[in-house]
Amino acid sequence: MTETNPPRRAVPLWIQIVVWVFLAGLLVLVALGLSRRQQGTVQPGEVIDDFALTFYSGYELSGKTEIKFSDLRGKVVVLNFWASWCKPCEQEAADLQQAWTEYAPTGEVVFLGVDYVDTEADARVYLKKFGITYANGADLATKISQYFRIKGVPETYFVDREGVLRYVQIGPFSGVDQIREQIDLLLK
Amino acid sequence: MIGDLRLEIEERKNELKTERKILMATQKNTNYKLLFTILLALVLSISMYSFASAQGPAPTDDEVNAIAKKLFCPVCENTPLDVCPTEACRQWREQIRQMLIEGKTEDEIIQYFIDTYGARASGDPPNKIASYLIPVTAIFLGTALLLRALQMWKKPKAAESAIPAGEAKQVHQDEYFNKLEDELKKRK
Amino acid sequence: MIANLGLGILLITFIVTVYSAVTAAASNPKGLARLLRSLPSLRAKRFADELEKLETPQRAASMAESARRAMLLTFPLLTLTSLLLIYLLVNDHYEVKFVYEVTSRSMPTYLKVTAWWGGQAGSLLFWSWLMSAFASLVTLRKWDRDREFLPWVIFVSCVTLAFFVGMTAFFENPFRVFYQTETGVEAHFFPPANSIPFTPEDGRGLNPLLRHPGMIIHPPLLYLGFVSYVIPFAFAIAALITGRTDDRWIRLTRRWSLWAWLFLTFGLVLGGRWAYDVLGWGGYWGWDPVEIAAFMPWLTGTAFLHSVMIQEKRGMLKHWNMLLIILTYDLVIFGTFLTRSGVLSSVHAFAQSAIGPLFFVYIAMTLIVSVALVIYRWGELKSETEMNSLLSRESLFLFNNLLFMSILVVCFWGVIYPLTSELFTGSKVTVGPAFYERANGPLFAGLMFLMGIAPLSAWGHSTLKTLGRAMWLPTIAAVLVTVAIFATYTHNVYALIGFFLVAFVILITLYEYWRGSRARMKIHSENILTAFWNLTARDRRRYGGYIVHISMMLMAIGILGIELFQMETQGTLEVGQQQSIGGYDVVYKDIARFTGPDGREVTRATLSIYRGNEYLGDLHPRIDYYWDSQQSMTIPGQRATMKDDLYILLVNWEPASATGATFKIYVNPLVNWLWMGSLLFLIGIIIAAWPDKDPERVAVRAGKRARQASAAD
Repeated sequence: MTETNPPRRAVPLWIQIVVWVFLAGLLVLVALGLSRRQQGTVQPGEVIDDFALTFYSGYELSGKTEIKFSDLRGKVVVLNFWASWCKPCEQEAADLQQAWTEYAPTGEVVFLGVDYVDTEADARVYLKKFGITYANGADLATKISQYFRIKGVPETYFVDREGVLRYVQIGPFSGVDQIREQIDLLLK
Repeated sequence: MIGDLRLEIEERKNELKTERKILMATQKNTNYKLLFTILLALVLSISMYSFASAQGPAPTDDEVNAIAKKLFCPVCENTPLDVCPTEACRQWREQIRQMLIEGKTEDEIIQYFIDTYGARASGDPPNKIASYLIPVTAIFLGTALLLRALQMWKKPKAAESAIPAGEAKQVHQDEYFNKLEDELKKRK
Repeated sequence: MIANLGLGILLITFIVTVYSAVTAAASNPKGLARLLRSLPSLRAKRFADELEKLETPQRAASMAESARRAMLLTFPLLTLTSLLLIYLLVNDHYEVKFVYEVTSRSMPTYLKVTAWWGGQAGSLLFWSWLMSAFASLVTLRKWDRDREFLPWVIFVSCVTLAFFVGMTAFFENPFRVFYQTETGVEAHFFPPANSIPFTPEDGRGLNPLLRHPGMIIHPPLLYLGFVSYVIPFAFAIAALITGRTDDRWIRLTRRWSLWAWLFLTFGLVLGGRWAYDVLGWGGYWGWDPVEIAAFMPWLTGTAFLHSVMIQEKRGMLKHWNMLLIILTYDLVIFGTFLTRSGVLSSVHAFAQSAIGPLFFVYIAMTLIVSVALVIYRWGELKSETEMNSLLSRESLFLFNNLLFMSILVVCFWGVIYPLTSELFTGSKVTVGPAFYERANGPLFAGLMFLMGIAPLSAWGHSTLKTLGRAMWLPTIAAVLVTVAIFATYTHNVYALIGFFLVAFVILITLYEYWRGSRARMKIHSENILTAFWNLTARDRRRYGGYIVHISMMLMAIGILGIELFQMETQGTLEVGQQQSIGGYDVVYKDIARFTGPDGREVTRATLSIYRGNEYLGDLHPRIDYYWDSQQSMTIPGQRATMKDDLYILLVNWEPASATGATFKIYVNPLVNWLWMGSLLFLIGIIIAAWPDKDPERVAVRAGKRARQASAAD
């Protein structure tokens, strides 16, 4: 076949280039999508980008209805994703509140409840039921949860004073001790 | 009658929006038409069905479902909200009902869901142009390519065009049969 | 013990497949050498020279034979592996992780068997088993005339098989066993240090959605379709590698692709039926990414089915057919990848797993290698003849291909758009049914129109005049039918266009049949039935194809009905209360909750159906709650007629509150035509695909007989 050389034999180079570029583009796209899915949540050690959280009225953070995450530098932040329809969240709700009442007086720890795709009415029922007093707000347009790439609720993120993520808890806590342990590590 | 009233309100609101942004108006108008048909259907169905709730201002399940059909469950992915059986979805349908009672229009409710739960809650991708433009362009490209190829293949044809002219003289019946036989014979 | 045996055999199978693939490739060093020479590297050329020296006919033959035998060995090996797995499933060996995940004590035995493909690991094994069966079948045929293809067909099949078996063996192994270690219960092949075997009391049970009869047959059929497309692909690659690029590979795989298409189509229809019966959506198709993943190879497969005919008849489109079969193969793998990798979120998705990247690498490699081969052979694949008329059948088939590809583009984009959106804007989006329906609607209409006129046009040349002469009568009849529908049934424009096209296609196809039969009646003086019979027998592919066309139109009636005329209402009824919809009166009579077989709690309502004063029967929508898997299933009560289906779902019932039960009632017009159409489809495709004793010899004989017959006339 190398000997007989019929006219118009090969594919024009530009078509070859177009085909390969197209194919490569497609594969890269799928690869990126796949790697994003395989990535898992934001990993400990990463600096958390700034985001805004608007609170439910009655659940503000020291009187402010909206905060930026960067405002909380210098404090240890416990960021808890939950939802009122989530059964496992109920397991840890009381423990979280207990931990909050213990650490609130120190003024060095902030608890933030991020309500993941929920209705406000149901969220309020839930908050009241478990007597939660720390700041809570809705994850509007799921921006925060998409940033953290949460896999479900509940998930809790512990951020240190410099705004660096230190620990991720997937699923409910086994008890209040587990929460204390993580906070104490960051307070040192 | 309820429908008519609501239609008027909707109309006025739409006019306001039209003044604000011309581009949006076209979109709203199509939605408006859709809404009109839905409301018409609802008015018809309400008058047809001996449903007790139809008299009061409380929206029927059908009204709720008509809107929920256009939304997707924000947690169980790719499940339309009207058929999703989970507890969370029941809460969201309740939310729609609540908003209907408050007099919110369908567009407002859908927009609220997008704002609160992210673009994923709507079945229509937010960027209409990108979502439709790319496949349409690809299809046009394909068509152009095929037509071009057909043109290229067509060139040497002068010799063959004489044959069918001769065939056409034959009686219709025989011609058909011959053609059939020919094709059957040609089959290898 | 048995689990270890299964693991061992699986590993041996993997080695055998790899051996077979390598030996097959090595048995044809000339082919390899030729490929190597095209690489722009001096070393590759020198290596190619060395390789060519190696080839002796004896060595080649014995190696190919060895590869063939190794390939034949995979089937019994995988059968044994599967039997071992089934043994474990049926006998409640919950110490095996896979068994624990998909079965439970309360499940009946037949469900324990079908749980084989109820989970990721088992279904991969099932895939491999089918693949080995098909590959063995193809190697058993007579190869005298196609010696040179054999090693490469074995090579491609075994590479595919090795990929799937390897995946099963190393990443998703169904034979992992639980052990209690210090840190907790883990699944391993061999006991880790300081551990004791652990056996759970009971399994988690099969996902209730998968316990439906439809779901028992639907995956195997889809897999059959998927797997059988590997064979035409293997032949295509063999043709590319060996350089025997005439239409031999197409002739050899014609029946394979027909059967593959049959399984795939029927698998899709059954999937729809399952969704209709089990998912409680009131519909059968939700444009879910995973449904589309199975639909995409169907699109390219259908396009392939048509375009190979052009190559057979006119020697054209060689490149295109190669590309189509490559595309089909990779879409099959891509579909499997989408379902299993967790890259998409979908109702059907398997749990996330590590196999995603592997699938991706495999797809990328096969795609790149195949496309490179096509480009390499481009010159030799040049078409033989020219195109003469825009209305000739080949040109219409090209437009048919264009439409199928367009639908593919729409579907592919719909699936991939959420991915791109997430990557570029960071926000997740949903592409709902509206997008697909809007974009695909006109394309489907175009396809239907082509389905009507293409059978009338001739190969090579057709004019408007000849077409018009064949068309005018059925067209007028179709217009009359549409007018009748307009007068009696609906004024909906989309529906009228749809019904017109349906009538147009069916009438033209029937008219074609009638014209053919009448011609035979006159010339062979046969009666109408014999004429009809002989006509079909003479060209089974063509007339089987016509039946398939008609069946597609019957399905289209069902789709139009449910898409455009579905009615639904939802309401809470108290006992004795009545709800009316679409001419039906539904009276809520009774509800009961009891424990059913296989450990589920059944909540079952009874509703009486009336039309006017006529009592039509009772319907029993129910909710089954499965304790073992803590999932519930909403089973509709259905009353199906050709006119419409009454479809009732029990949405909600709280025994504590006395306010009654909530029902969702659908009237789905004409949907039964969809299922009826699929049965006719089965008949048509079997007529077209039924194997002849030796397709070629029979065809030659038939040709001779025909020539004699026409000479006698």
